[in-house]
Amino acid sequence: MSDMPVNSVTTRSWQRTALGDFWAVAAVALVAGALFLLFPTNLALLTRIIAVMLLVLSLDLVTGFSGVATLGHATLFGAGAYAAGIFAARFGVTDPLLMLAIGAVAGALAGAVTSLVILRGHGLSQLVLSIAVVSLAHEAANKLSAWTGGSDGLSGIAPSPLFGLFRFDLFGRTAFFMAVGLLLVVFVVLRIVVRSPFGMLCRGIKQDPVRVRAMGAPVYFTLVKMYAIAGAVAGLGGALSAIATKVVGLDSLSFTTSAEALVMLVVGGTGKLFGALVGTLVFVWFEDRVSAINPFHWLTIIGVLLIGVVLFAPKGLVGAAESLWARVRGRRS
Amino acid sequence: MGPCAGAPVMSLLEVRNLRKNFGGLAVTDDVSLNLAKGDRVALIGPNGAGKTTFVNLVTGQLKPHAGSVHLDGEDITAASPSRRVQAGLVRSFQVTRLFSEMTPEEHVALALLQKQGRSGRVFGDYRGMPAVMAETHEILALLNLDGIAQQPANSIAYGQQRLLEIALVMALRPKVLLLDEPAAGVPGSDTMLIERALERLPGDLAVLMIDHDMDFVFRFARRVVVLAAGAIIFDGTPAEVSRDPRVREAYLGSYADDRSQA
Ligand SMILES: Nc1ncnc2c1ncn2[C@@H]1O[C@H](COP(=O)(O)OP(=O)(O)OP(=O)(O)O)[C@@H](O)[C@H]1O
Ligand SMILES: [Mg+2]
Repeated sequence: MSDMPVNSVTTRSWQRTALGDFWAVAAVALVAGALFLLFPTNLALLTRIIAVMLLVLSLDLVTGFSGVATLGHATLFGAGAYAAGIFAARFGVTDPLLMLAIGAVAGALAGAVTSLVILRGHGLSQLVLSIAVVSLAHEAANKLSAWTGGSDGLSGIAPSPLFGLFRFDLFGRTAFFMAVGLLLVVFVVLRIVVRSPFGMLCRGIKQDPVRVRAMGAPVYFTLVKMYAIAGAVAGLGGALSAIATKVVGLDSLSFTTSAEALVMLVVGGTGKLFGALVGTLVFVWFEDRVSAINPFHWLTIIGVLLIGVVLFAPKGLVGAAESLWARVRGRRS
Repeated sequence: MGPCAGAPVMSLLEVRNLRKNFGGLAVTDDVSLNLAKGDRVALIGPNGAGKTTFVNLVTGQLKPHAGSVHLDGEDITAASPSRRVQAGLVRSFQVTRLFSEMTPEEHVALALLQKQGRSGRVFGDYRGMPAVMAETHEILALLNLDGIAQQPANSIAYGQQRLLEIALVMALRPKVLLLDEPAAGVPGSDTMLIERALERLPGDLAVLMIDHDMDFVFRFARRVVVLAAGAIIFDGTPAEVSRDPRVREAYLGSYADDRSQA
């Protein structure tokens, strides 16, 4: 029980996590830079991918890390998109950073409020409740067309230049760079959150809520809090999409988007932040490429992709890469 | 300290006339029990006597049909399980409940942070908190879990999982501790570790332990309570219990049978 070994273990693992954070951010930034150079005419698509990544990261927080089953997660993305869009189009709040903040707050509120309903159920009933929530939200946005534009979508969003300097140009460069910056910040913050005592508590709830209660920790409140954090992340994604595309459609608040987000997460790997990023990139990229050629093929490819992942890489692409890496390292040493 | 459960003012935990039925079966039949500071009580009884159910009722996993539970003079019958733990009433589980993908180090650190009211923090890594790390490894070392501190709980031996269960409750610094067969599933050589850990518990802690191993019970307990068919049939010293004819009939006989079957 001498302090020496413990302290050296502490500093070593501490340095390792800091180094891990650095490489993780560097990897994301490098991939973003490479995509920018390789596909300079596809910046709008890349920005859309980043917005969806925020949605899928958010879903990973509640599903992958905390074990809540939901097929209604787009509710939070839509809340952020409509809030930012309505404030811009109806109240002239056009500063992009302010719009992002509005999206985050709206998403967090929507997360906290809808979680009060969704967390009432468990397993299948939880899934049904989440579908009910997204359906109600979708219908509400449709009915309140004076505010939301209904099925025509909300238009008239004209974000002012970023930092007062950079216009949102026709090629989508400003939007892309803002998106990458936002993603990096969110990514680092979430790495910190999932490692924190609170993050551990959420993982504990996923694995055994009875044990968490027997440790004296609140299960329900902890999950509501996680939902609020996840809502802020998804809301940022929604606001980003409103800024980049200058419209908000009902599809941002749909069951289909929610289900697709879950597919992306499973493809990439649940319970790991990289899984959310990789799954979204692969899914949306393929969707764009293949559906441009033939929409029918796209559905076939989703099917094949999903069956392949579930059969051969049950922990997702990132999980498969991790175990491959572990095998290679094990053989070397 | 007298063996009788008198002196209500001194009681840390007071259970009054607890009742629970499953279907028509009275699994807890008008059970009253007091624990005072420093008590070391063994709760024994044949399989299905209702021992685990009693713990579930006291700690709030189950709701009683009648009766009340008081901790430190406060009625906690309606309090949630986590609220009771915060007040110092901690239990262990007969069948291990752990976070399968977390390491022993993470388990104990999380329990310590929870006890300190810091488990809700969204920033900070326990590995960067020297005090938490030192205390975590002190508890792990006490239970010989230091060597596997970094392995996921589902990859360690069942006996070690049982020890981790004890490490967890120790980290919660209880006032009243209810241990449901802490040594069940632990290989004989390691029960020593559990006994050593129990000896290290603060002296003023009240402990109630369920166990079927009579040697262990007699070494540990200064008072023995026997439960049969949901009711308390004996409450007295270890020396008296083996002489009591009702206990012999209801329990020790069937206990011997269980042993020969196992
Ligand atoms: N949730 C439940 N629903 C119905 N019956 C139950 C339930 N839990 C326990 N019982 C029954 O209540 C009785 C007491 O069970 P309990 O687990 O409390 O016994 P125990 O004394 O802990 O036994 P053991 O020594 O085997 O652990 C048993 O007959 C059991 O089948
Ligand atoms: Mg039992």
